Amino acid sequence: MADASTSAKGDLKLTNITKSFGDFKAVDDLTLTIPEGSFFALLGPSGCGKTTTLRMIAGLEDPTSGKISIGSTDITNKRPYQRPVNTVFQNYALFPHLTIFENIAFGLRRRGIKDVKEQVDKVLNLVELPHLADRKPTQLSGGQQQRIAVARAIVNRPALLLLDEPLGALDLKLRRQMQIELKWIQTEVGLTFVHVTHDQEEAMTMADTIAVMNEGRIEQMGSPAELYDNPKTAFVANFLGQSNLIQGTIVDSDGDYHVVDLFGQKAKVLKSRTHSKSNSVLYAIRPEKLRIDTENNHRPGNVFTGGHIVDVSYIGVSTQYQVEMPWKQEIMVFEQNDDGIPPLDKGDEVTLSWEPAFSFALDGAQDATAGSEVNPEEE
Amino acid sequence: MAAVVRSSGSTTSELKKKSLVPYLLLAPGLLWLALFFVAPIITLISTATKTPGAGIGEFVQTYRWANYWDSLVGASGQFGRSFLYATCATLLALAIAYPLAYGIAFKSGKYKNILLVLVVAPFFCSFILRTIAWKQILGQEGPLFRFLLDLHIVTPTTHLTATAPAVIVGLAYNFLPFMTLPLYGSLERIDPRVLEASGDLYSNAFTTFRKVTVPLSMPGVVAGTLLTFIPAAGDYVNAEILGNPNTKMIGNVINAQFLNTQDYPTAAALSFILMIGISILVMIYIRKAGTEELV
Repeated sequence: MADASTSAKGDLKLTNITKSFGDFKAVDDLTLTIPEGSFFALLGPSGCGKTTTLRMIAGLEDPTSGKISIGSTDITNKRPYQRPVNTVFQNYALFPHLTIFENIAFGLRRRGIKDVKEQVDKVLNLVELPHLADRKPTQLSGGQQQRIAVARAIVNRPALLLLDEPLGALDLKLRRQMQIELKWIQTEVGLTFVHVTHDQEEAMTMADTIAVMNEGRIEQMGSPAELYDNPKTAFVANFLGQSNLIQGTIVDSDGDYHVVDLFGQKAKVLKSRTHSKSNSVLYAIRPEKLRIDTENNHRPGNVFTGGHIVDVSYIGVSTQYQVEMPWKQEIMVFEQNDDGIPPLDKGDEVTLSWEPAFSFALDGAQDATAGSEVNPEEE
Repeated sequence: MAAVVRSSGSTTSELKKKSLVPYLLLAPGLLWLALFFVAPIITLISTATKTPGAGIGEFVQTYRWANYWDSLVGASGQFGRSFLYATCATLLALAIAYPLAYGIAFKSGKYKNILLVLVVAPFFCSFILRTIAWKQILGQEGPLFRFLLDLHIVTPTTHLTATAPAVIVGLAYNFLPFMTLPLYGSLERIDPRVLEASGDLYSNAFTTFRKVTVPLSMPGVVAGTLLTFIPAAGDYVNAEILGNPNTKMIGNVINAQFLNTQDYPTAAALSFILMIGISILVMIYIRKAGTEELV
């Protein structure tokens, strides 16, 4: 047990993991490899199974079936204290009866490590709070407690550090700051971080790889840019950022592109970014990729005509428009305020245009609103 | 309220009115304390310094403070025994109540409320009756005695009742709910994630219990032991019903002096000494336990 943290190194592998609570499958046949040294995020709305997955890796829940291993070591049936895994809990779970020093030293003392003082001081310096060693957790601010929770975990040099919504209790500004700090700490200590969150911006800021989870399964996995630019399902398209999804049919082919009919107007989409088994598609374009112009002034590329502005929100860096199309669907457009031209007005007749390469197409059989009605802040 | 209506009035009179409010709110409580606590204590202290007068049962105030010392010396054995029995009963109650409270707090699931009701259920029956019931349970005709006889732990001539252990068991039993409820309260408040964190940081179940659960339940341990020890030290019912003449506690002495001998000064002096003795022990205990350090 003394060398629990060094005995297992390597990639974390989840193989066919299922966790049922009665009839409810919280995690459904999940297979996943997390490479050693990466910053990995499990992203999804509440109830998607991400926290259950994390708790199974930590050993706080037993999987109903499947196998968990780190490198070549099978840890499926190991107790939490036998695993080279440490967790940063959602509300930090610091020991209220111990000083900050003893909180951090807790894991080292249990393993009978000799140079406790030296190691605790080192990690306190890493999180820049060496002056708080003698305080009790209740005397610390939320941000300080958060850093101590990270320090208490990484001082043990686990093969895996699990973070369960670690920034959920902090206010927005502190959260942004901690995101950058956590990323820096991860680079500094070189441990594998597995981060669970419902906040897509948090996941995108910190993680090398994101797995988007929904209803106990992984919808899609990839780098933040891959997931944002080329989502494969409506859920991912809506959950990561915002998307305009328009029902359409592939009617023609033009080189690398499909030609899609959208309520009588034609638009192109790259074949490589079309993820549909049939001709029925959801044509997708991100709001910031659209350009908005008054009727007589449209630019080349894909074009929608006949829209009129039903709502304008000026938010400083950009202006957000809701444009109602002839088929009664409202399209969102984000226009950067970088040209000195005053925003358009409500009621204006407009044309929307965009680069065909920026759009993507999803399977038309899906619910176009999947993942969009979930308010990520609401948990 | 009047001050609010005359909002244009001088601010000083408003301040005066406001500063009276806390005293008015405190008044009923203070009056109650003065009438039913301070006044009786003064009467108690002064009664203790009276000496016998001409008639039987008549006492005159002579401010004989030596009465305190004489009473203490006369009943020193019973004082010692009271604190010894109360300590034993408190430790026994703690040993029984801790696993009980732990089970209710962490392992009872949907039966939690039923179990809590069961903990206080004995209060629905008279304290005296319940103590007499113990006499039956421990008696030679009782089920426990026969069971022990079958196991050859006791012989037919052994007595379980009218012994010091019987008094201690009775005290522990009677004050068990006072031990269990504060313990349950502090165990139940422990954040389960803190226990998970301990497991995550390489503690097995026993280490987690020793290093996290026990320290975090200390406020409950302190409250429970005080709530058991204080009434147990002054109790006389258990020693009366379950004891013998050699297990008399200080409560029995006070009871006898007051009601049988009608030696009011001695009874008053012993009562006051008991109060002071318990207060000193409690203060030392709280200092040692360091409750202010906890959470």
